[in-house]
Amino acid sequence: MILTKAQYEEIAQCLVSVPPTRQSLRKLKQRFPSQSQATLLSIFSQEYQKHIKRTHAKHHTSEAIESYYQRKTEYLKGKCAFLEIRRSANRYLNGVVKNGAAPVLLDLANEVDYAPSLMARLILERFLQEHEETAPSKSVINSMLRDPSQIPDGVLANQVYQCIVNDCCYGPLVDCIKHAIGHEHEVLLRDLLLEKNLSFLDEDQLRAKGYDKTPDFILQVPVAVEGHIIHWIESKASFGDECSHHAYLHDQFWSYWNRFGPGLVIYWYGFIQELDCNRERGILLKACFPTNIVTLCHSLA
Amino acid sequence: MAAVLESLLREEVSVAAVVRWIAHSTRGSEDNPGEAAALSSLRPLRKEFVPFLLNFLREQSSRVLPQGPPTPAKAPGASAALPGRPGGPSRGSRGARSQLFPPTEAASTAAEAPLARRGGRRRGPGPARERGGRGLEEGVSGENLPGAGGRRLRGSGSPSRPSLTLSDPPNLSNLEEFPPVGSVPPGPAGRTKPSRRINPTPVSEERSLSKPKTCFTSPPISCVPSSQPSALDTSPWGLGLPPGCRSLQEEREMLRKERSKQLQQSPTPTCPTPELGSPLPSRAGSLTDEPADPARVSSRQRLELVALVYSSCIAENLVPNLFLELFFVFQLLTARRMVTAKDSDPELSPGVLDSLESPLFQSIHDCVFFAVQVLECHFQVLSNLDKGTLKLLAENERLLCFSPALQGRLRAAYEGSVAKVSLAMPPSAQAVSFQPETDNRANFSSDRAFHTFKKQRDVFYEVLREWEDHHEEPGWDFEKGLGSRIRAMMGQLSAACSHSHFVRLFQKQLLQMCQSPGGAGGTVLGEAPDVLSMLGADKLGRLWRLQERLMAPQSSGGPCPPPTFPGCQGFFRDFILSASSFQFNQHLMDSLSLKIRELNGLALPQHEPSDEDGESDVDWQGERRQFAVVLLSLRLLAKFLGFVAFLPYRGPEPPPTGELQDSILALRSQVPPVLDVRTLLQRGLQARRAVLTVPWLVEFLSFADHVVPLLDYYRDIFILLLRLHRSLVLSQESEGKMCFLNKLLLLAVLGWLFQIPTVPEDLFFLEEGPSDAFEVDTVAPEHGLDAAPVVDQQLLYTCCPYIGELRKLLALWVSGSSGRSGGFMRKITPTTTTGLGAQPSQTSQGLQARLAQAFFHNQPPSLRRTVEFVAERIGSNCVKHIKATLVADLVRQAESLLQEQLVTQGEEGGDPAQLLEILCSQLCPHGAQALALGREFCQRKSPGAVQALLPEETPAAVLSSAENIAVGLATEKACAWLSANITALIRREVKAAVSRTLRAQGPEPAARGERRGCSRACEHHAPLPSHLISEIKDVLSLAVGPRDPDEGVSPEHLEQLLGQLGQTLRCRQFLCPPAEQHLAKCSVELASLLVADQIPILGPPAQYRLERGQARRLLHMLLSLWKEDFQGPVPLQLLLSPRNVGLLADTRPREWDLLLFLLRELVEKGLMGRMEIEACLGSLHQAQWPGDFAEELATLSNLFLAEPPLPEPQLRACELVQPNRGTVLAQS
Repeated sequence: MILTKAQYEEIAQCLVSVPPTRQSLRKLKQRFPSQSQATLLSIFSQEYQKHIKRTHAKHHTSEAIESYYQRKTEYLKGKCAFLEIRRSANRYLNGVVKNGAAPVLLDLANEVDYAPSLMARLILERFLQEHEETAPSKSVINSMLRDPSQIPDGVLANQVYQCIVNDCCYGPLVDCIKHAIGHEHEVLLRDLLLEKNLSFLDEDQLRAKGYDKTPDFILQVPVAVEGHIIHWIESKASFGDECSHHAYLHDQFWSYWNRFGPGLVIYWYGFIQELDCNRERGILLKACFPTNIVTLCHSLA
Repeated sequence: MAAVLESLLREEVSVAAVVRWIAHSTRGSEDNPGEAAALSSLRPLRKEFVPFLLNFLREQSSRVLPQGPPTPAKAPGASAALPGRPGGPSRGSRGARSQLFPPTEAASTAAEAPLARRGGRRRGPGPARERGGRGLEEGVSGENLPGAGGRRLRGSGSPSRPSLTLSDPPNLSNLEEFPPVGSVPPGPAGRTKPSRRINPTPVSEERSLSKPKTCFTSPPISCVPSSQPSALDTSPWGLGLPPGCRSLQEEREMLRKERSKQLQQSPTPTCPTPELGSPLPSRAGSLTDEPADPARVSSRQRLELVALVYSSCIAENLVPNLFLELFFVFQLLTARRMVTAKDSDPELSPGVLDSLESPLFQSIHDCVFFAVQVLECHFQVLSNLDKGTLKLLAENERLLCFSPALQGRLRAAYEGSVAKVSLAMPPSAQAVSFQPETDNRANFSSDRAFHTFKKQRDVFYEVLREWEDHHEEPGWDFEKGLGSRIRAMMGQLSAACSHSHFVRLFQKQLLQMCQSPGGAGGTVLGEAPDVLSMLGADKLGRLWRLQERLMAPQSSGGPCPPPTFPGCQGFFRDFILSASSFQFNQHLMDSLSLKIRELNGLALPQHEPSDEDGESDVDWQGERRQFAVVLLSLRLLAKFLGFVAFLPYRGPEPPPTGELQDSILALRSQVPPVLDVRTLLQRGLQARRAVLTVPWLVEFLSFADHVVPLLDYYRDIFILLLRLHRSLVLSQESEGKMCFLNKLLLLAVLGWLFQIPTVPEDLFFLEEGPSDAFEVDTVAPEHGLDAAPVVDQQLLYTCCPYIGELRKLLALWVSGSSGRSGGFMRKITPTTTTGLGAQPSQTSQGLQARLAQAFFHNQPPSLRRTVEFVAERIGSNCVKHIKATLVADLVRQAESLLQEQLVTQGEEGGDPAQLLEILCSQLCPHGAQALALGREFCQRKSPGAVQALLPEETPAAVLSSAENIAVGLATEKACAWLSANITALIRREVKAAVSRTLRAQGPEPAARGERRGCSRACEHHAPLPSHLISEIKDVLSLAVGPRDPDEGVSPEHLEQLLGQLGQTLRCRQFLCPPAEQHLAKCSVELASLLVADQIPILGPPAQYRLERGQARRLLHMLLSLWKEDFQGPVPLQLLLSPRNVGLLADTRPREWDLLLFLLRELVEKGLMGRMEIEACLGSLHQAQWPGDFAEELATLSNLFLAEPPLPEPQLRACELVQPNRGTVLAQS
């Protein structure tokens, strides 16, 4: 799961402007059968997020929003006939498919190469602006995205829901999955630490003590892994690519080092080998829980 | 002066008498009357003798050492006490230590008049002078060059020529020029006042502004060819000069090099690491060694005599810098060849060999002979050098040749030596750890300050790491690279309290990184011993040894380097400069001063001479390490304190003179010192702790500006230091006095201080100093720290790396003429230091305290430390114990009281502040119990700890006393804290509890709900929640489309999925609330899709719909999950949201039976109330539906509402008929 930079780039290359759908993922898995699915998904997600970050601004100009909104409205109203035909055609072809609604918003998102969930948010915001005098608050929007039933317009609600369930990189469901994955790995790590009899303080305990930066675990007695001293362990249930690793270094890992000394980062879905270059400096990367942990012998102490 | 030397050479006076004469002005009772008479007549010149002698020797040797290894940069020169000389010419130089010896008080003596007159005359304008002036101005920089530049140039500029004397009418009343009858007929040279030395001023930018004439005290009168100002030997002793081997061009080249070197050395942010100590490569290659032969020594006797006088001066500490003289002697020992004097002094009369008119060193043989003579007198010092130097000395073939006896003693000393020294720097930075006690939110005035500091800490280390990465790259500039970032960061430190936090971080990091070169593990004072050193000390040690081998030995820039900030220290210096924040500097000074006081006052153990067995030796190793750690920390802190404190006064401009100086002095004398170092020094001397206090004081003073030594306050300090210096006679060793190596350390650091350019030149010889005057009336303990062997070679060399120059000199000799100063092998022995225990607190007072002190007096120091340690820890634990028991109980009470309040006052609960007041008024009185509890705790815990830590053979009485004292101290400490803080502590904890309770009262009641964990037998093999959400999401996305024709799910898969969901919900190991919420929501969505028959089923086209029975089975599973397994709320009302019900609108024919079934089951299982469903159904009517759909919906609604709540069996029956009704519905 530890990829060389070249291997990683080969995968990333295949992900250029691929929409974040089930189908894309399936193809990716076929293309790289030797890589684990979780790793591929993580890379995919990160690459797509990078792509969105790059193009985000372009979709957020008022002109762009206006044009999306108009197109969506047109689709749903004026072009109904066309949609009907397409739907019938689909029905005819499949014989079985009964789409509740044509994937107008989803198609639009794919067409302009934007994340469906984000497109849904964009349109929803615009819609609410039109129907309510005041600009909708972020929490209202988020709440509606989490539960589209709250959206006053039934058709739009369906469209939004469709976008959200079909987006595998953004949206409340994906966020929840990511969060759950993160949590699960923390739990996993905690179990492993307990199993190894390594006593630790977890994030909550640290926060309660007033620590300003809190890694997932601080070992109460440091250990050594591959000759490196480990004071803290951070679990990352994602693939460590350059971009995310540098962000983490800046926001977290160095901050931990600054306070607690050297430590270990576990990228459960692997990382780019070349990034593991701060070992001497005090940040060790692993893709799994280390097997050879050297503990302080009590006879020495 | 010369007269003294001459009468000595003529054996009119004994060496001993001369030395006595120099050292003790009046006492001459032991001297024979003749000697006394001869010398007493010369009394006024006494103080000038030593500078004269040193200059004389330097000058004499200049032919031998023109191209040698690095020369002592600040070579002594005879003074030219010219009144009205405007300031010390060389004072302006910062980095270079090139000033000569100062004018002495000669000006005020009888000799003054003619001298001054002559001087004045000499200073008169003349073409030669002008020429010389220019030449000097350009050439002075050579002084500091490795190689003989300085010496040679000095020669060129010190040309007091006989011709000059001739032009002067002889002053017969001048005893110096006309010694008493019986002495040698005064030759022309004899009559001359020995050369007034140029003060060669190293070139620096600021020098260009100063007047060249201030460089001169004695212009060359005898005309020197202007093209070759240095070619002629103009020394009165002849032959003092190398031939004009260098053209002006060459000198300029040297000057340029020197300039750039000084730029690098000056402690400004613009300087990268200095590159020091390497001889000029252009000269290194051409050396051929001349063999030295004892048989060919000329005028042995004279050399012996001079050597003896010289040695005696060194031994009596009459020379400012012991190691500088040793360096000089080593240079003589390793001189490669004599420069042939092309143009020997024409006026030298070859017949007078036993006077000073013939050169002292006529050959290499003479030099080596002289050097060996001197070294023989200083065997004791030599034998205390490090093992490496001893080896090189013992292996020196010249030494063997000239004095087999000395060589033998040195060899023996080498073999017996254990003084291996390593100066490797420890590896890179280790961060200061976060300590909740000082660093958490409670220590900050506001959230903002807390978070700002959080960011600053990270920026600080980011900057530090960047510096580590780049500072060695050529062209990288600290200010350019990091300056703006540092200032931006400092700009955020608005609150004063944030400054102190940052300063604490800065200071801790400073100590951590820079404190101890060679100390493995980088243990920091006051910090716990680093695990690094425990874990892999051996491995790390090897690593560092390797590292040390790979790195060229660090050159410290000659035997008298300017104060610098080597290694990591450079970062901190540059940081201070770049930050240029006066608040930061002030806080830093405060903090440094405090820490210095604290460390300086630390009760360090004293050696007990009685304890000589092996065990105490082990103890002693620890004590010595502790001393080293404290000393090195102090030196580091003091250095930075000096740097920051004098920073505003240091500038590139030359020191002020005249009136300006007076006004500055008047102003500065009003300013209180940043730290009362005078008092600390006085106390240190009194308490016989000079070995601790003086080394850091020297570091502090080394950064003083030019005005500082002129201030009365600091002048007192210098005078004290000078007296101390004189008193440290190495040969006087006695019980209770200072140890040899302690003395050596003090001599080395003081000698170094006296060479600092800002220290006035005249200071050293000015002070009338019979050393016996320095007997500080001590009420001090019998054995002060000074008497304890706390200094070892490792510490000596760590504090004074320039002593290592001696070894380099010898190694250079061994390495032949290759001239590479880093190329020799070094013996490497890293010494590991580990941490020391906590600092003992000093809280004892009163009679009991005095008794306790007395008790400890006759006990081993480890006992005291143990007791203090136990008391400190138990006291501290006691506070924590009270917090965990009494305070925690009170907090629990507060919580229950609060709950009551909330119940009585309803949801709102009232104003939190008011609530807090009520609670505190009820609870704080209970804090009074803390003292009793604390006392009890200390009584219970301390004795055991003391017992465990003391050796078993400790007598019972001693043990019980120790226990009692520990109990007392611990109680005192704990109770002092508790009585002062317990109320505040209770308040704080209760406040936190109140806000916690109130917060919990607020939103998210679900999160507070009690959660069932998984059963004990659970092995946590259930599928992961994330996996399930992802799977269900896939099903949902398939259902809502779009999808490919071949996509779908199998009924089995759905069933399996729900089964897994059940497992996951039952296991809960990996389940977090948000995941559960989403799972609940997804399961509801799934149910809606099932009800609406929207899930595409895989299989032959005919089976695209889910079988009714299967659907119902799946719904049953879901109902059971909702009922049994979900612990959080399930948004079942979504089942009846317009959107989900609307899914049915798409199905044709519409089938309502599943929905009805679901609703009934929900009611039956108690998952939803009838009323609730009714309300949902009611609101559904308000939505806009196609006409037929609305009708059907109404029918369903009626149907559901029409059914009375039936007992279970009937419901079952109802369920059986369900399909029919469903069909009916569908058909309607």
